[in-house]
Amino acid sequence: MLGTLFRASRTVHLGVAGAATAIGFVVLLSLAPAVLAGDLPATRVAWVPALGLELSLWLDPLALLFAGLILGIGFLVVVYAAGYLSEDEPTGRFLSFLMLFQGAMVGIALSNNVVLMLVFWELTSLSSFLLIGFWRHTAEARQGARMALAVTGGGGLALIAGMLLLGQAAGSFELATILTRGAIVQASPLYAPALLLILLGAFTKSAQFPFHFWLPHAMAAPTPVSAYLHSATMVKAGVFLLARLWPVLAGTDLWFALVATTGLVTMIFGAAIALFRTDLKAILAYSTISQLGLMVMLLGFATPAAAAAAVFHILNHAAFKAALFMNAGIVDHETGTRDIRRLGGLARLMPLTATMGVLAAAAMAGLPPLGGFISKEMMLHETAQTAVLGQTWLVPLLATVGATLSVAYSLRYALGLYFGPQRTGEVAKPHDPGAALLAPPLLLVALALGFGLLPMLIAGPLVTATTAAVTGGAPPKIDLALWHGLNLALALSVGAVLGGAFLLARHAALAHRVATGHWVDAKRLFDAAMDALVTATRRVTLAIHAPSLQRYLLLLFATVVVLGLDGATKVGPVLTGGRATTPASPAAIVVWVLLLAATLTVVVTQRQRFLALVFISVIGLAIALAFVHLSAPDLALTQIAVEVVTILLLLLALHLLPKQPARLSSTRRRLRDAVLGLVAGGGASATAWAIMTRVRGDTISTFHWANSYSGGGGTNVVNVTLVDFRAFDTMGEIIVLGIAGLAIFALLEPAVRGAAGQRLRAWRDTMPHSPERHPMMFVMATRLLLPLALLVGIYIFLRGHNQPGGGFVAALIFAIAILLQYLASGYDWTDERRRIGEHPLIAFGVLIAVGTGLGSLAFGAPFLSSSFGYFHLPVVGEFELATAMIFDVAVACVVLGAVMMALAQLSHVAQRAARQPDAEGER
Amino acid sequence: MSLEFLIASAIGALVAGGVYLSLRARTFQVVLGLTLLSYAVNLFLFAVGRLTVDRPPLYAKGVADYADPLPQALVLTAIVITFGMTALSVVLALRSFLESGSDQVDGIADEEAES
Repeated sequence: MLGTLFRASRTVHLGVAGAATAIGFVVLLSLAPAVLAGDLPATRVAWVPALGLELSLWLDPLALLFAGLILGIGFLVVVYAAGYLSEDEPTGRFLSFLMLFQGAMVGIALSNNVVLMLVFWELTSLSSFLLIGFWRHTAEARQGARMALAVTGGGGLALIAGMLLLGQAAGSFELATILTRGAIVQASPLYAPALLLILLGAFTKSAQFPFHFWLPHAMAAPTPVSAYLHSATMVKAGVFLLARLWPVLAGTDLWFALVATTGLVTMIFGAAIALFRTDLKAILAYSTISQLGLMVMLLGFATPAAAAAAVFHILNHAAFKAALFMNAGIVDHETGTRDIRRLGGLARLMPLTATMGVLAAAAMAGLPPLGGFISKEMMLHETAQTAVLGQTWLVPLLATVGATLSVAYSLRYALGLYFGPQRTGEVAKPHDPGAALLAPPLLLVALALGFGLLPMLIAGPLVTATTAAVTGGAPPKIDLALWHGLNLALALSVGAVLGGAFLLARHAALAHRVATGHWVDAKRLFDAAMDALVTATRRVTLAIHAPSLQRYLLLLFATVVVLGLDGATKVGPVLTGGRATTPASPAAIVVWVLLLAATLTVVVTQRQRFLALVFISVIGLAIALAFVHLSAPDLALTQIAVEVVTILLLLLALHLLPKQPARLSSTRRRLRDAVLGLVAGGGASATAWAIMTRVRGDTISTFHWANSYSGGGGTNVVNVTLVDFRAFDTMGEIIVLGIAGLAIFALLEPAVRGAAGQRLRAWRDTMPHSPERHPMMFVMATRLLLPLALLVGIYIFLRGHNQPGGGFVAALIFAIAILLQYLASGYDWTDERRRIGEHPLIAFGVLIAVGTGLGSLAFGAPFLSSSFGYFHLPVVGEFELATAMIFDVAVACVVLGAVMMALAQLSHVAQRAARQPDAEGER
Repeated sequence: MSLEFLIASAIGALVAGGVYLSLRARTFQVVLGLTLLSYAVNLFLFAVGRLTVDRPPLYAKGVADYADPLPQALVLTAIVITFGMTALSVVLALRSFLESGSDQVDGIADEEAES
């Protein structure tokens, strides 16, 4: 569906996105009266209850405010994007990212479960990454996106930890519950770490000093994104979080010290930088940082009145800052530049744009009669109530400095762009854009004006209810008005305006001084830190991930040994259990001695590789004998057959490998490995002994035994288990075997080319040969044996269900019979007479296995159920036909295919290389 | 000596030899080591079903004493899979030798090797 959406026209994209947003907004508005009246709609779906994770949503006034901002401005941004994005931009991609972000953001606002909120939080970081990097062909966009993700994503990780700690301290992950447990949380020892981590998350998201630097670089995003994410919504997520958790976290000295200070510093710092930027979007980005600092500071004061000021400022800022970004976007769109030094006097050319820009900037400066003035007054009034270190003048003074700077940069934006000498960037005669670009900011500016002229009517109830939701107390009595009489706040405000005007008048001289000074570049610091991090991780990776198989295996074995020893100390000292042991016959002891001697010889003669192989086969034989003795005839048959093909395989490989290589390891290393081997061996022995001398508990073996004949139709319980009870396992296993066969093919097939092919061609046989290439006696004997061996294979296969045998063993016998032909008559002779290749055999087997499984589904039985019946044939006697037998055929096919694949490929790889044309080998 | 002791000590010997050989620097020894380890693991799995002499798990009415069929079924497939694993690793070793001209596990040529 997404695919078709991507291909659909741009109008469809915009229509879908706009309609979805508008519907969301309308639904939200329809719920608003109830919410403001104190009724909180909520919904809840259990998700992972064991982890405290629930899909729990609610709509309280604070959530309403934020969701309203997100959806309302979201709709305007979609409309704006319709005019902003050119025809050839991929609108589908852009709008899907934007909608992803919008959904995640609404999720944050509505979450009533902190874990759920974290999920949405991460989603906003991710979608912000995608949106900043939307113009992925520019390096700026990619770097900006990466930086934003590193900072906000890193903060997000801290936030996860903080929220989990908070949930621990509060005893619940349900937000509504947590909010009522402020006293418990603040008394908990987890309070301080939880607060620090949560603040880290909030400050990185809201671009607070010293994590502010990602926001200006995020301006590489298309302007609708900047207006939406990086002024009105996402960067306010941190502020939202502080407001959301206000009842639990706020009110302590630590909170005040961290939050208010960070906010104040950020406010002044951001405003000071904004004053000296020349890129319109950079000015707005730094002003956003400053304004966010203002909100954070107000929340840090932790008084209801300050919270009310913060809430009202959130509203104001969302309106005027989104409008300003759209305004800057229009200027950029129409003039082709965002450099304020190349622009000026645009008021006469773009009167509508200019009116909007000036009004919005006036709101940002905090001039009457706009909403920004009221919230700035409230802010200054609150700072006057705040004492730090016993001094009542410090905070108001600093806040006024911040306000002064913001007046200066706001005026610079408005006056610099629209008044003074006419400079029009790249375009000779820019003009006001179409309605799509103009209407959204116009609406926002009207709102900003409305917040100033009719504050109580438009914003009063919302601010009152939201403040009550933030503080978790009774609704405060607030009085939003332009005129509060002559008071300190007004005096500070007037001072700020005058100071700002003065600063702007001296701007040229100041800017020159700033430009010539030496400043720390946050981006360079960030890049250096990232480089250092990459270098460090690479070093660590190389240290523990050294390309050495020996070291891996050593660590692996050593870890297992340590874990085993650790387990042994916990179990206790009793090694031998109470089960009676079985006395060993002299024959058993002989076989045992044989096995031990062969193992020792393999280890000692390992470098004489042919000799080692001979002794390997002795070990295999001894194990087969053990299986015979210990009531496992099936295993014994399989072991012997596998032993034959394994040794043949190793011989073939050894044919091409060095026969007696020089010793590599030092004596010390060999001693170390020997000690490790002995400890591991001792541990394995002890474990095996401990198990074998204890009585077996009740296992499902009893069930297999009891139901083998009645349910599976066979008396050989091992075979019935393989093809019936646990047929699904067997199916998986033959598939693995088939894959191994194909992997061998894939490894050896291209080995005849390139460097490997040259080596193969250069390879000369060094082994002594029989004078006869294909000894007559051997050839004749094997050809006579072939039908006999095949007959034995079929016999073993057919009786497998009731007597030792079955598909596995039968396939190995077939394989050996055919291999004998290869050995005696040569590869080419045999290959010519072979009808079915290994690939079809493997595929056929797997298909039959799956087919029998699905066949039982067709009869309404579970996957791989079997059914059976008994038949009588002369000579053979009574035998059984069961669907399990078809499955066994499949097993045999795959095993035969995989074994033949390995051996046949290996046996003639050198011949194939010799047949390759030399020209190809020379490459 | 009991059968249990013989099997337990055989497992231990195979594990010791297998671990030692797996830690060698040449591919063929590693393949041999894996083979020994596979023997040990198969034997161990089998031994978990306890040792029973001359009571193969062939069903007959009224027989109550029988070898545990389940580990046998597991080990049977394990033996075959072991072949697949050995084959794959030895072919991997061969291909690596053919490509690099060295049969050291880390692909270092013999002249460069120090330890």
